[in-house]
Amino acid sequence: MSYIDPHIHMVSRTTDDYQRMALAGCVAITEPAFWAGYDRSSPQGFYDYYRQLTETEPARAARYGINHHCWLCINPKEAEDPGFAREVMSLLPEFLERPTVLGIGEIGLNKNSKNEMTILQEHLAFAEQHDQLVLVHTPHLEDKHKGTLLIMDAIADTTLDPGRVLIDHVEEHTVKAVLDRGFWAGMTLYPETKCTPQRAADIIEVFGTERLWMNSAGDWGDSDPLAVPKAMVELRRRGHDSATIRQATLENPKTFLGQSPRFDPGDA
Amino acid sequence: MSRTRVIDEYFLDHRAKLIDIAAFLDRVDRAGGSEPEDFRITAFRRALALLDDGETDRARRILESMSDHTTTLLDTAPGKGACGTQPPEADDA
Repeated sequence: MSYIDPHIHMVSRTTDDYQRMALAGCVAITEPAFWAGYDRSSPQGFYDYYRQLTETEPARAARYGINHHCWLCINPKEAEDPGFAREVMSLLPEFLERPTVLGIGEIGLNKNSKNEMTILQEHLAFAEQHDQLVLVHTPHLEDKHKGTLLIMDAIADTTLDPGRVLIDHVEEHTVKAVLDRGFWAGMTLYPETKCTPQRAADIIEVFGTERLWMNSAGDWGDSDPLAVPKAMVELRRRGHDSATIRQATLENPKTFLGQSPRFDPGDA
Repeated sequence: MSRTRVIDEYFLDHRAKLIDIAAFLDRVDRAGGSEPEDFRITAFRRALALLDDGETDRARRILESMSDHTTTLLDTAPGKGACGTQPPEADDA
């Protein structure tokens, strides 16, 4: 069965992972700009990263029949220095016009600090100004509940349509608030933090599949680029029909991402 | 799935996870005492109590019990990482 992994950091993965994902049915991915595991020492480091996201990865994915797209920003983990962050953001207009860029992301909060919020608000204003889709990172662990609420309040202060914003990394204590406020919600499938495939299946059973997707967020840390097909197996194991599985893992990503004319799911 | 089917499918997996938790707490005990108790273990014990309090929505309530419930932004980010439960000094004054 075909699926889309709408959040994965392929710059940190090997070509073998592209091959395994293709074999598992992956037809398209989207890759948000994020932290590399270390702080980049200059805006030029981000310039090179954005080239990697818009040139290298689409070509690498295409070898396996996977359509690669990306989101651009400076992530909240490197947003504590507003001067540096603004220098990086000044690079965005040049890359925004590239053919596989879907919007702004993953922006948000990490430790819920004032500087992170300032840069989040400036990203949101940029997205408004350029009429972009938005992909939101919510904080980890004990910071998630507070950060998710602060982020949704910040978005509410803009003219952005919640239907064009996906709030990612939801768990049992944040998913309802996100959906109730009209946003799309993403469940990230991680071995330890965030959701397991089993818990993601539980959330679907409780909340349904409307405006909900799942992703692997595979990156340089503990993560699994095949997490989405494993969740599909979990849903099937529980007796969910193909239509439900397809809705959560293919049709919903197509609907949200399809709001950008640049999104190409291939023939899926 | 029926209740019986859920238990059939998942009991052994979660029996193993339950013993993992028990072994973890035994390991902490073997490592020697520290007073006051580490705030993470205090939060862990508080969460364990929620597992068997007769109420449902346990996953949501445990996540909430380990969350920061303050509402104000921090002046500066204290690093990048998170420890899994709210440190006591960070509670709202």
